[in-house]
Amino acid sequence: MYRYDEVDHRIVRERVEQFRDQTQRFLAGQLSEDEFRPLRLMNGLYVQRHAPMLRVAIPYGHLASHQLRKLAHIARQYDKSYAHLTTRQNIQFNWPELARVPDILAELAEVEMHAIQTSGNCVRNTTTDAFAGVAQDELLDPRAYCEIIRQWSTLHPEFAFLPRKFKIAVSGSVEDRAATQVHDIGLHVVRNEAGEVGFKVIVGGGLGRTPIVGEVVKSFLPTRHLLTYLDAVLRVYNRFGRRDNKYKARIKILVKAMTVEAFAAKVEDEWLHLKDGPSTLRDVDVAHYASFFIDPDYEQLSANPPEFSSKLAEEPAFARWVERNTRLHKRAGYRSVVLSLKKTGVPPGDISAEQMDAAADWADRFGYGELRVAHEQNLILPDVRESDLYEVWQLAKSQGFATPNIGLLTDIICCPGGDFCSLANARSIPVAEAIQTRFEDLDYLFDLGDIDCNFSGCMNACGHHHIGNIGILGVDKNGEEWYQITLGGSQGSHTTIGKVIGPSFAQADVPLAFEKIMTVYLEQRAAGERFIETVRRIGLDPFKERVYAKHH
Amino acid sequence: MQSIIKDGQIVQDGWQILRADAEGQYPAVAPDVDVIVPLSQWLADKASWLARSGKTAVWLAPADDPQLLAADLAALPLVAVDFPAFTDGRGYSLGRLLRERYSYAGELRALGDVWVDLLHYLWQVGFNAFEIKDGKAIDTALSGYDTFTERYQSTHREPVPLFRRRVTSL
Repeated sequence: MYRYDEVDHRIVRERVEQFRDQTQRFLAGQLSEDEFRPLRLMNGLYVQRHAPMLRVAIPYGHLASHQLRKLAHIARQYDKSYAHLTTRQNIQFNWPELARVPDILAELAEVEMHAIQTSGNCVRNTTTDAFAGVAQDELLDPRAYCEIIRQWSTLHPEFAFLPRKFKIAVSGSVEDRAATQVHDIGLHVVRNEAGEVGFKVIVGGGLGRTPIVGEVVKSFLPTRHLLTYLDAVLRVYNRFGRRDNKYKARIKILVKAMTVEAFAAKVEDEWLHLKDGPSTLRDVDVAHYASFFIDPDYEQLSANPPEFSSKLAEEPAFARWVERNTRLHKRAGYRSVVLSLKKTGVPPGDISAEQMDAAADWADRFGYGELRVAHEQNLILPDVRESDLYEVWQLAKSQGFATPNIGLLTDIICCPGGDFCSLANARSIPVAEAIQTRFEDLDYLFDLGDIDCNFSGCMNACGHHHIGNIGILGVDKNGEEWYQITLGGSQGSHTTIGKVIGPSFAQADVPLAFEKIMTVYLEQRAAGERFIETVRRIGLDPFKERVYAKHH
Repeated sequence: MQSIIKDGQIVQDGWQILRADAEGQYPAVAPDVDVIVPLSQWLADKASWLARSGKTAVWLAPADDPQLLAADLAALPLVAVDFPAFTDGRGYSLGRLLRERYSYAGELRALGDVWVDLLHYLWQVGFNAFEIKDGKAIDTALSGYDTFTERYQSTHREPVPLFRRRVTSL
């Protein structure tokens, strides 16, 4: 994992001091609310319904055990002993006191963490595959490039005040697990026919009010040109993106307005001036960053050791957990374990200080001291020996981490919703819980199989509802909370925006609507067909007919 | 006369800025004052501006195309960029373009919603003079230069990005 040198430390410390000074001037009345707002947002600080909310960056979802312990400490010292993992691999504290935020930032700086650009109209945390570096289907490890992009985007003097937020995601595996097609820029690390490494560059994807799947603006960008090309894209966006209407200010609107061809040509023209300039990456530069992401000393193991296989055979509950909550590892005899934060009764993505400490201990004891945050809002132990899985399962159960629902209907991606967020039209947490309760029967849940269920409390779409196989959007109707259901969305290599099935539902009726949709699926599915495949094959009509049928 | 920051010092400055009034009309400019005129006014009648005894400089609005000024840059005593709101970051790109693409070497001044918290970035992209917004302290604004002692990117002030200096120094 990347380690700070003296310069990285200094930059973060100086940012903490800058923010401390800004906060003090605001509290002393020397900065107006309008002046302070963009400055605090750029440091991850929102003012929410009950208190400020501080979003801390977890660069591309990588976390060391000692960092997670620090987050647990902050949760206890400055908050209500829990925090919330976000859909962009960050972590949020919901109850800090404004005056103490600089102290939290100083504590974070001690462990090489910060809140820089976790909000505001600037380049946000770069995200990637939560299984980067360990995934069995990985083609190229994206992490060195993620770190290079992180540094390039951090406090970039030219791009501090963009028209709107800007999100970059990188993927290096066969299956895109980083939602690259719904980011402002999506990068796929690829090899060309000559065997050179480079990037496929996708621009203009995004969710929010206007969900759009991004389009390829460059099919192969050699690695060395990464930063000059990003500078060119950002400069075109900074200069020509709309600033008159915040709902039309994302780069996707600019790309659509110009057409992707004209946009790509404009970027190309800008890039010709920057190409081969000082920001060109040399092999030694890439090698320097890649050196932080070399494999740990994995043991030579064989897959499926007898103690593991026998437990699988003896205990169906363990087998079920292994099936859903572990992923194949590139090294035989290892697995990545997904610790589920989707237990019924707990808001999706919420994690207690006690759970953080426990997971940090397991990362040290069973792995190499590293963890990952997935954009699906779960925590991952990337390197666990199969022979240790039984013990890890029992420990995970003891901490409420072992709900065997990863990738199933109750593994709901969910924003904090109206309980916390002042933007939300509707609460998401109680509705997510009602759905989880309705589908609590594990046999039923397993039979339904892989289903991405995504839930947003408003059209800002933090819960990525558009790309859920089944999505829920909270809407406001004359001051009441209603819920719109979409079907057919998907993330990954075949990203699709879901379609609304019809009029929205009252809160109490959402679980029943879900049940009817699932009944149609079970009746209609062909052998081995997943929910999304059935939806694609039969279309929305059979679902609409059932859900909106008049009672007889 | 007003105080501005230029090259790291607080100095007295006599430039006046020509801005349109609420009806979009431009007030008359006395022939002997040094004036910074909008790009549109400059392009409309360069010869008249140059015929005055006072000096003439040009300011760009965020949406202006700096290329339109490229041929005149070598002769201009000053170029300014207006920041109508500090959250409008287009001027940062204009600064870099003027310096790096069009090789402008003279005074580059930031106008408008400019104050201490923005100085560091503005300096990095090429501005060397700052008219601090009314009501904001100018004496403490000087500290804005030093907010950060290092940065990751290639900038006008330090074209070699940190990653290159890092690997060279290993």
